[in-house]
Amino acid sequence: MAVQEMAGQKRTEGLWLAVIGSAVLFFLILPTLIVIPMSFSDAAYLEFPPKEWSLRWYREYFGSAEWMAATRTSIVAAILTTLIATPLGALAAYGLHCSSTRIRNAAQILVVMPIVVPIILIAVGVFHLYAKLGLNYTLAGVVIAHVALALPFVIITVLSGLKSYDFNQELAARSMGASRPRAMLDVTLPQVKFSVQAGAFLAFITSLDEVVVAMLISGGEYATITRRMFNALRDQIEPTVAAISTCLIAISVLALIGIQLIGRRGRGER
Amino acid sequence: MTAEGKTAGQSLPISVRNVVKAYGPLRALDDMSIDVRAGEFMTLLGPSGSGKTTLLMALAGFVSPESGSIRFGGQEMVTVPPHKRGVGMVFQSYALFPFMSVEENVAYPLKIRRVSAADQKARVEAALELVQLGGYGGRRVHQLSGGQMQRVALARAMVFEPRIILMDEPLSALDKKLREQMQIELKALHRKLDATIVYVTHDQREALTMSDRIAVINQGRIAQLDTPEALYRRPKSLFVADFIGESVVLPVVLHDGAATLNGCKLKTTSSFGSAEGPYHLVIRPELLELSPDSSDGLMNDLSGEVREVIYQGDSALVLVRVGVDQEISLRVPASRAGSASIPDIAQRISLGLHAEDTIIVPETAL
Repeated sequence: MAVQEMAGQKRTEGLWLAVIGSAVLFFLILPTLIVIPMSFSDAAYLEFPPKEWSLRWYREYFGSAEWMAATRTSIVAAILTTLIATPLGALAAYGLHCSSTRIRNAAQILVVMPIVVPIILIAVGVFHLYAKLGLNYTLAGVVIAHVALALPFVIITVLSGLKSYDFNQELAARSMGASRPRAMLDVTLPQVKFSVQAGAFLAFITSLDEVVVAMLISGGEYATITRRMFNALRDQIEPTVAAISTCLIAISVLALIGIQLIGRRGRGER
Repeated sequence: MTAEGKTAGQSLPISVRNVVKAYGPLRALDDMSIDVRAGEFMTLLGPSGSGKTTLLMALAGFVSPESGSIRFGGQEMVTVPPHKRGVGMVFQSYALFPFMSVEENVAYPLKIRRVSAADQKARVEAALELVQLGGYGGRRVHQLSGGQMQRVALARAMVFEPRIILMDEPLSALDKKLREQMQIELKALHRKLDATIVYVTHDQREALTMSDRIAVINQGRIAQLDTPEALYRRPKSLFVADFIGESVVLPVVLHDGAATLNGCKLKTTSSFGSAEGPYHLVIRPELLELSPDSSDGLMNDLSGEVREVIYQGDSALVLVRVGVDQEISLRVPASRAGSASIPDIAQRISLGLHAEDTIIVPETAL
């Protein structure tokens, strides 16, 4: 009897957990999803639910040279950020993994700094530095700033990947005649491949949706898409932004699914 | 054989001189010197934290000493990077590459050395044959049992014919039965290979089973370096006596150059020097004799009362109280004759310890 009661109680608890959990998820995702129907509206302003459906705002987006240039800047910046931050972050993680605990702990505090410090402070600092270096309003400027923001994510993911890797394998490879870089590439890298890929994905997303730093340091020919969207929202609220957001969501979701698929195939092999 | 060693074929002697390695205030290697003969099976035995693994890693090149010299066959190695030392290495965790097949694992050192594909195939197969894994080349690593993985690791460490092979507790992850079987196989393998083996373990029985000589290491120094038998029968300090084999230790008093236990003079053939400080009698339970034959006048008498009899399958351990509050133990084999002679609890029995089996050691090594 008592056992049955307890089981019943458990079931009720489980139900409540499911209800609250779904509610939280719903409220988290809803604001993101609401832009999708809004982007297909025919109205000249953001409205929900849309009265008339059309693709005019997508045409507006893809037809605009300005929007396209900003998109190109953002994608090029994101790719360059990924290409630079991934190897740099992976090597930093490797170095930290091999260092003494004291150095590693100290360095880890420094490494997470860019995540902890309010981003507006970083933006102001970067802006003043760039003003002296002449890097404001350049692609290189955007990329360098984004690499700095993306590095912590790469380092943290790769470090956690290295934690579950038996480092003796690399020592074994070196004793068998492989130089350290060779052992790292031959033996260690294939086994932390998925954390490196995950780090690369995070670097890409970090750069793609960064807006605060870009507000200050990007502009003119090299304004990023997020910066232009922000301006567009401020000047005239038009649904083009919703259409662009929908495209960005699609890119993110596709990239995430891609990473998951690669990860699953990798685990299947092992 | 001298300490400098025979120069048998290809294998190399190792000479470590005054090596120091400190981690903060802890001296992992404290002015360590050791000579390993060419072709020898040398075991570094010690408790955890004694520095044995640090020494092995220094030989491999993964730990750089602060001072001192490490020579392989006369060539200075301290400044040579690990991948140019040409030593094979086997780890406790096997350290096989999980994303490669057995064959690819064993071929890795040959691939690095740019051995031709045909040659690689033949040598890999021969190495696998040697560790009794012929035909396993196509398997994935995760399809193997622990024992098989360690065999692959062995094959991989010797396929490139290194003249020195270093092993870091290679068998401790295996279960007892398999471990004992592998010990015998490793010993046989050593005879076939032309290589000097340095083997690290904390398991004294394993060390006794496999080694030509054993270096007992404690606090970054060598406590004693000897053959297994000499270590067991003639330990030079309490630490070594206690660490190797099972023993009961009783304090003795030195008086006129003779040791006395509870006022009785002990007959012994062991020379125990003249160091100041406390001395101890080390009693191995299996060396005590029940109802001894004292006719040769070389028996020490240790009569007492039986406190407890512990049955352990292969033998029985009899705990006997001697003197006021000292307890010693006697091992009686489980044979028919042995079982018949097991005394009862509270019975007074007479025990003998032959002068040759009477081990007296100082508390600290000289």
